[in-house]
Amino acid sequence: MTSIISVSDLSKTYATGFQALKSINLDILRGEIFALLGPNGAGKTTLISIICGIVNATEGSVSVDGHDIVSDYRAARSMIGLVPQELTTDAFETVWNTVSFSRGLFGKAANPAHIEYVLKALSLWDKKDSQVMTLSGGMKRRLLIAKALSHEPQILFLDEPTAGVDVELRKGMWEVVRTLRDSGVTIILTTHYIEEAEEMADRIGVIARGELILVENKDELMNKLGKKQLVLHLHDRLDAVPESLAAYGLEIGADGQELIFTYDTHAERTGITGLLRDMSDAGIGFSDLNTMQSSLEDIFVDVVRNTT
Amino acid sequence: MNLHAVKAIYLFEMARAWRTLMQSIIAPVLSTSLYFVVFGAAIGSRIAQIDGVSYGAFIVPGLIMLSLMTLSISNASFGIYFPRFSGTIYELLSAPVSPFEVVLGYVGAAATKSVVLGLIILATATLFVPLQIAHPVWMVVFLVLTAVTFSLFGFVIGIWADGFEKLQVIPLLIITPLTFLGGTFYSVNMLPPFWKTVTLFNPVVYLVSGFRWSFYEISDVNVGVSIAMTLGFLGLCLAAVWWIFKTGYRLKT
Repeated sequence: MTSIISVSDLSKTYATGFQALKSINLDILRGEIFALLGPNGAGKTTLISIICGIVNATEGSVSVDGHDIVSDYRAARSMIGLVPQELTTDAFETVWNTVSFSRGLFGKAANPAHIEYVLKALSLWDKKDSQVMTLSGGMKRRLLIAKALSHEPQILFLDEPTAGVDVELRKGMWEVVRTLRDSGVTIILTTHYIEEAEEMADRIGVIARGELILVENKDELMNKLGKKQLVLHLHDRLDAVPESLAAYGLEIGADGQELIFTYDTHAERTGITGLLRDMSDAGIGFSDLNTMQSSLEDIFVDVVRNTT
Repeated sequence: MNLHAVKAIYLFEMARAWRTLMQSIIAPVLSTSLYFVVFGAAIGSRIAQIDGVSYGAFIVPGLIMLSLMTLSISNASFGIYFPRFSGTIYELLSAPVSPFEVVLGYVGAAATKSVVLGLIILATATLFVPLQIAHPVWMVVFLVLTAVTFSLFGFVIGIWADGFEKLQVIPLLIITPLTFLGGTFYSVNMLPPFWKTVTLFNPVVYLVSGFRWSFYEISDVNVGVSIAMTLGFLGLCLAAVWWIFKTGYRLKT
């Protein structure tokens, strides 16, 4: 896949002296869903804002499909739809007018059929003549997505798209995003919900304190950093791990009622068979066992903590 | 040139005027009518003619200018300030539009509203006083030039303001006094020489004088000077707008 957005050596220092981005290099691939993860204040929104033209970069450059975002901003911006984090809407306008306005603003001739399609896809069709201020929070969020899609962008930025949206609606929104991706739109989303990235993303970038800590395919990331744990529920309490089992790096949990074995799913031998045999030899019996795979959230917390 | 965007902004702003028809059009017409009743009919009937024009008719061009300037500023400043305040400015900043197109949309809409309003006030005036317009074309030129210039000025204020109070400060503290002292209600020639000289530093004098000339062919200052001063102020506002977009002042960080 070729890259559609190319960020090179991008830095941003605000007038207050706060350095929000430190020499970011990033390529977004055509047609992918890229999730940008990071704690609050990490620089996610600043990065998006620079690419979209809302904030000026201090250093470095960005090109969108080969168009520099400064010198060739018209071509670059025409391709992009942005859904901001805040629910900023024109309270007094009707849904239909505000979405049509967005299309015109991005230089596209009026096309009622497309506006209708977008509003229907986002379940806003029956609200088309309502004033924006009468919409619920979830509807306003979808309205912002509709505005961003009004001009048929090839790249869609979703800044915290499901913040404050209930579970059902969130799933609905994921569907919309997947449909878009299937139609060839490249999607970049920032999120706090790791579940969201895990569910949606092809690739994941983790940003913290203005630095891009890692960029990886989601599956590889989960495999590489993903640890699996085997938890054994013991018949009898153990105060310490017996000498004979020392090599396995076991932990004792649940006040001596559990033995926890951490292993790498990709190693040639996981060591499970050996462990169970050695436990049997040592006379340790167990009543139940279960395994757990670390979620993206655990990985993420690890990554951010390790670079602190 | 992104004409779709200019059209979208322009229509969006004009739609706002329709929504707020009451304060956009009716209120200024009402307040101007009150001026006519008080100054034109009640007090004016006891004031002698000025340069052969009855007092009621004499104040018409000045009153139109007063409304034109105040409304151009409030229309344009509010038009650009509100998206900044509500945050919807993000869309404008991320859109493929040039500063020129943005200004054309916002200032064009604000100036259109003001000109329409000026004409409505003019029509209202004919109900109170007999009017004659010696140079209709020049009248329209002054009307449009002033509307555009002060809409640009309003646009600058709308960018500069960081609170609703500041939107009011300039019209209230600068424009209103300048208009009242700018010969709306009197001829500058009626002033003692010293104050007449002071008055000539007031840019509004030139607008009112030029505009009044297009009605009655009487003026306090030469018409050419009036036009030159108006164009000069227009140039200043354009320069300010150009600087704002060049530096991203209060728009981009």
